[in-house]
Amino acid sequence: MVSEHITGAYDDELRDLVGRIAEMGGLAEGLVSDAVTALAKFDIAKAQDVIFRDHKLDEMQRQIEERAISVIARRQPVAKDLREIIAALRVSADLERVGDLAKNIAKRVIAIQDQFHTKRLAFGVEHISEITLEQLKAVLDAYTAQDLEAARAVRNRDDEIDAMYTSLFRELLTYMMEDPRNITVCTHLLFCAKNIERIGDHATNIAENIHFMITGEQLEEDRPKHDESSYIPASYNTDE
Amino acid sequence: MSAVAVAANDKAFETVRTPDPEPRPIKIKASDVSVFYGEKQALFDVSIDIPERAVTAFIGPSGCGKSTFLRCFNRMNDTIDICRVTGEMLVSDANIYDPRLDVVELRARVGMVFQKPNPFPKSIWDNIAYGPKIHGLAKTKAEFDVIVEESLQKAGLWNEVKDRLHEPGTGLSGGQQQRLCIARAVAVSPEVILMDEPCSALDPIATAKVEELIDELRENYTIVIVTHSMQQAARVSQRTAFFHLGILVEEGPTNVLFTSPKEKRTQDYITGRFG
Repeated sequence: MVSEHITGAYDDELRDLVGRIAEMGGLAEGLVSDAVTALAKFDIAKAQDVIFRDHKLDEMQRQIEERAISVIARRQPVAKDLREIIAALRVSADLERVGDLAKNIAKRVIAIQDQFHTKRLAFGVEHISEITLEQLKAVLDAYTAQDLEAARAVRNRDDEIDAMYTSLFRELLTYMMEDPRNITVCTHLLFCAKNIERIGDHATNIAENIHFMITGEQLEEDRPKHDESSYIPASYNTDE
Repeated sequence: MSAVAVAANDKAFETVRTPDPEPRPIKIKASDVSVFYGEKQALFDVSIDIPERAVTAFIGPSGCGKSTFLRCFNRMNDTIDICRVTGEMLVSDANIYDPRLDVVELRARVGMVFQKPNPFPKSIWDNIAYGPKIHGLAKTKAEFDVIVEESLQKAGLWNEVKDRLHEPGTGLSGGQQQRLCIARAVAVSPEVILMDEPCSALDPIATAKVEELIDELRENYTIVIVTHSMQQAARVSQRTAFFHLGILVEEGPTNVLFTSPKEKRTQDYITGRFG
């Protein structure tokens, strides 16, 4: 915030919202990181912990929403103040979804726990997770620092995750064709990869909201997209 | 400023952008208007295009010059001896500071509503008929009756007062008195209606009625409103201009000015960071 409002309580309320988003961001990041670790190490206890902690994220989102609505109703915010509140509402919704996706990964870790060979199969998923976690961390830092450049960088990097997801899709398909006993595990892993790719999309959404919060402009949907898995035909054959 | 940019591109048909999809023609064009009270300069080189049949709001802290500027639009500042206005002010492309101009006729074309409702100490009917009478707009009582009814209809007051047209206007409630003053301004068929804080003496219900009325009137009239309530400016206007210390800091479509103002001073004022 550049300068203070005449009404000090208004500043406190806006700061409180930003602080809560930062806290929620830290929690969401932790959930994703733990879910991915649980997947890499097939750590059931960690997976269960992720599922448990997701409730907290839902509760925090509800509180942010209530407070944001209350500020709007009582103070009729305009300009940058309004944009900060709208961004807080949208970012908290994205973070809540990120938590849900992490929880879903954790559930799948529990589901595939005793399958053989899974460590080799899960290797590709770990790699996409690393980049996605970096993106999530970068965008949350950009939010706290109100860093427009950092937010733009996150938005531009999302196609890397999309491209990686498409190649992972093909890879997992190959494993399934090699040995039908892999199908259950690979399907779970495919969903895990999709969840992680979606987390990357939420990071992009947050980056777009940071852009809106700082500049007042809504970004157009002109970002390059490299998730082409939707176009892989049913006749896809690994021999080709 | 966008209006000026548009104007530069198309001299023959100058327009102003509002939140409406189509830009509006210019009704009032002020160029480098400065106002002096004796030695003291109150307004500094203000240039602005006011769109036709739309509401333009002037906002800014007390003493910023917004009312002074508004009063230039129908030469109300002429009534102050030490007041001097420089620059150019065109209403419908005609210079209103032309010495040959009939000021009384100008004030019929550019009507005004003040902060405090100021009905004449006469009947409701006389309040409305007075203007048309001095401007010779009607002759017979039947003609005046038509003007009175139409004006009160337009001001949304007809149903409330039709059975007591001959009671004094001062007997109405504050909100009704203000709408009576608006009806009085409308009665002489003006092109422009200036409003100087028309709701600051009214309660929220009366304010809402006046705002509703302003929204209806903009179909037929160009309205310029000075208001201390930023929420009111946001609610009723299509364009907003922000004044500070006698300078026009920023003006633009209201939705843009209230979501992404360009100037820091505008941002600080509308978000309540200085007074």
